[in-house]
Amino acid sequence: MMLSPQETPKRKLRVATASLSGCFGCHMSFLDMDENLLDLVELVEFDRSPFTDIKHCGTCDIGIIEGGVCNSENVHVLREFRRNCRTLISLGACAVNGGLPALRNELDVREVLREVYFEQPGVVSSTIPNDIELPLLLDKAYPINEVVRVDYFIPGCPPSGDAIFKFLTDLIAGRTPRLDYPQMRFD
Amino acid sequence: MNSENTFIIDGTPIPFEPDQTVLQAALKADVFIPHLCYYPGLRPNGNCKLCTVIINGRHASACTAFARPGIEVENNTPELNDKRRLLLQMLFVEGNHFCPGCEKSGNCQLQALAYELEMMTPHFNHFFPSRKLDTSHPDVFLDMNRCINCCLCVQASCEVDKKNIFAISGRGMAARIVVNTPSGKLGDSNFALSDKAASVCPVGAILPKRGSFSVPIGQRIYDDLPISSQTEFLATRKA
Ligand code: SF4
Ligand code: SF4
Ligand code: SF4
Ligand code: FES
Repeated sequence: MMLSPQETPKRKLRVATASLSGCFGCHMSFLDMDENLLDLVELVEFDRSPFTDIKHCGTCDIGIIEGGVCNSENVHVLREFRRNCRTLISLGACAVNGGLPALRNELDVREVLREVYFEQPGVVSSTIPNDIELPLLLDKAYPINEVVRVDYFIPGCPPSGDAIFKFLTDLIAGRTPRLDYPQMRFD
Repeated sequence: MNSENTFIIDGTPIPFEPDQTVLQAALKADVFIPHLCYYPGLRPNGNCKLCTVIINGRHASACTAFARPGIEVENNTPELNDKRRLLLQMLFVEGNHFCPGCEKSGNCQLQALAYELEMMTPHFNHFFPSRKLDTSHPDVFLDMNRCINCCLCVQASCEVDKKNIFAISGRGMAARIVVNTPSGKLGDSNFALSDKAASVCPVGAILPKRGSFSVPIGQRIYDDLPISSQTEFLATRKA
């Protein structure tokens, strides 16, 4: 039996989320949308995300990135998201402008590593850790849109649950996503 | 309304008094024009260009253009607001603006304008410049990471405080606010917390020590009301 367009059950949008160099505060804020979460999961299902523990991002409609890009692993994850997500959203101050991790940007990475691994009182190491498992630090902490193309930005540290809900529901409904004044925050 | 002393902003007649600028008359009439480097009582310096409007077809700074009878001013248009947003984005990437850790957050005019003009991202690649924090003064921090070169401190110190403590040094991209002391340190000047120059900074570059974050979130100037609905406050600010 053919279903008419009205009867066709709406496909849930597939959403992936990741925290790069962030504090997980933005993900906590996501969960903080309380009962709105129940409305949201009617519309979306999660792919890779700290909420699901799926390790790699499959083909998705929406990718949401918290945190800036501070090391080589961040770059790989971010590129995987960009490859697989039709729409990529930068969530929170760290992803939008580097945030607090970018406070290190005026320091020289070599000097920082030397200070931490050689010059701190009580430190006995004679080498900077260089295991293949360890992601290399980048010279600076970058906002994600300085590494890949990004479609939308939700500022805030963290953006409120309401802001995230409003933005995503606008986007999913095909409206231009817009935050109301109380939801538009940089702090 | 007598057309002798009115002009038009976006179709609305605005009354003005002799010697008022377009921006002053607009604010008085509760019409908001975005601006950063204008402060009531100080000579308009016209350097931020946020207040750019179109007067009788030509771009002009509302803070320096005098109101004249019958002029037609375009202000709140998508085209002008797009340009203003672009200017804001350039100001954000030129400095180091990490609002979550800034004492001025919630009371900052740059941030408030970014909210007003829905600047969701600074868009451009960040400069991440290396600028210094001057903590030498007992009562005031000077954090040049957030300075937008609006020159209000230079003017307030010179025109009102008669101390001439701040100056602008260098040209173009290299222009920076400096302190007029041999050491370049604020602590070596006769700057005082009660100076007008201590309270005109629109951003978090000149900040009183102690008392930071004392106003709870929710009660700061721009927490509830967008800057565009605070024209009276903007027009009557006094240091
Ligand atoms: S924006 Fe704030 S809450 Fe989000 S990851 Fe960065 S520091 Fe954490
Ligand atoms: S000065 Fe304003 S825009 Fe800059 S960091 Fe502070 S609150 Fe944000
Ligand atoms: S310190 Fe403040 S008042 Fe002085 S030029 Fe910079 S932003 Fe303007
Ligand atoms: S307020 Fe007019 S140029 Fe700055």
